[in-house]
Amino acid sequence: MGMIDPAKFARANHVAAQMGQEVQDKGYMLAKLDDLLTWARTGSMWPMTFGLACCGIEMIQAFMSRYDLDRYGMMPRSSPRQADVMIVAGTLTNKMAPALRRLYDQMPEPRWVISMGSCANGGGYYHYSYSVVRGCDRIVPVDVYIPGCPPSAEALVYGLMQLQRKVRRNNRVISRV
Amino acid sequence: MLAVEDLKNEVLRLLGTSVVQALIVSDELVVSIPRSRVAEVLEKLRDDSSLVMSQLMDICGADYPERPERFEVVYELLSLIRNARLRVKVRAGEGDCVPSVTGVFPSAGWFEREVWDMYGIPFSGHPDLRRILSDYEFEGHPLRKDFPLTGFVEVRYDPDQKRVVYEPVKLQQDYRNFDCLSPWKGMTDVQKRPKDDPSREEDAPC
Repeated sequence: MGMIDPAKFARANHVAAQMGQEVQDKGYMLAKLDDLLTWARTGSMWPMTFGLACCGIEMIQAFMSRYDLDRYGMMPRSSPRQADVMIVAGTLTNKMAPALRRLYDQMPEPRWVISMGSCANGGGYYHYSYSVVRGCDRIVPVDVYIPGCPPSAEALVYGLMQLQRKVRRNNRVISRV
Repeated sequence: MLAVEDLKNEVLRLLGTSVVQALIVSDELVVSIPRSRVAEVLEKLRDDSSLVMSQLMDICGADYPERPERFEVVYELLSLIRNARLRVKVRAGEGDCVPSVTGVFPSAGWFEREVWDMYGIPFSGHPDLRRILSDYEFEGHPLRKDFPLTGFVEVRYDPDQKRVVYEPVKLQQDYRNFDCLSPWKGMTDVQKRPKDDPSREEDAPC
């Protein structure tokens, strides 16, 4: 992860060159619709940033110039209506839980959730607290759990790449019923 | 003479009989006063031309269940021109009202709401005494010593009702309080090793 495999890179370049040639020759290109959709989905996963605690700072790091999630087509959105994936980064409290669910309900399908950090995964340090939800999967269905307290920005990038793999694997036009 | 002792003499001269007790703890001055005079005392400290305790940094609560008047409200004052801090304490029993100091320091409004939220100490004369931090319709005052750590309710999304519902707490695993030594070195003055402490017979298993 994080390293460019020269063989893969050459193969991708070769495929891109072939595709370019085909479009130039015929003026059109044939592709399977579900492959095309998956390509578009994985190439533009717009996360809804749900920074609740220190994990939010680590999430900001992942979007900043060093790890630069923009190069994967991931633009942080502040509106749930424009988002594909929600990153729950931090401690989810009882008071916040209805708001989190409401924002999740406002996201258009297909939608995914990443639970980032110990607190979002299972309450973490605050598991026995009177005010903290013991895992954000009690409120929304979670696709990828990222462990750590907080997880490093690299871990978040890795988690997002795992989510891309998951989307590629469930390669269907309608992703979830 | 230390600056804090100067401060203590000045405060005693200014407040006179209002002071129940004045202590210097770790070079910090702590003054106890009766709770009925708290607004008047804070105003005096603020307006005195040599002290000028112009800023109220915080209001905290404390719970000592073994005392007859179990609560303490602590006012932290700062004097910028003296570079001095002063801690004013009042005591209150369960259900006793403490006079609000919002008339003296407007910033006290949210601090007093927090103390009310966490300890259930009512402040008389507060313009808007509501909970500030805990959940809507939360019951109980979480920082009281008799409040259970895990509280009484937990939340879950109910797919049938399509909303987040509150249910009585059901823990998968009970809270475990490990009686271990601190893993941090250099904290021996905070946590005594079992063999140094004669009141403890057996060594704690770790």
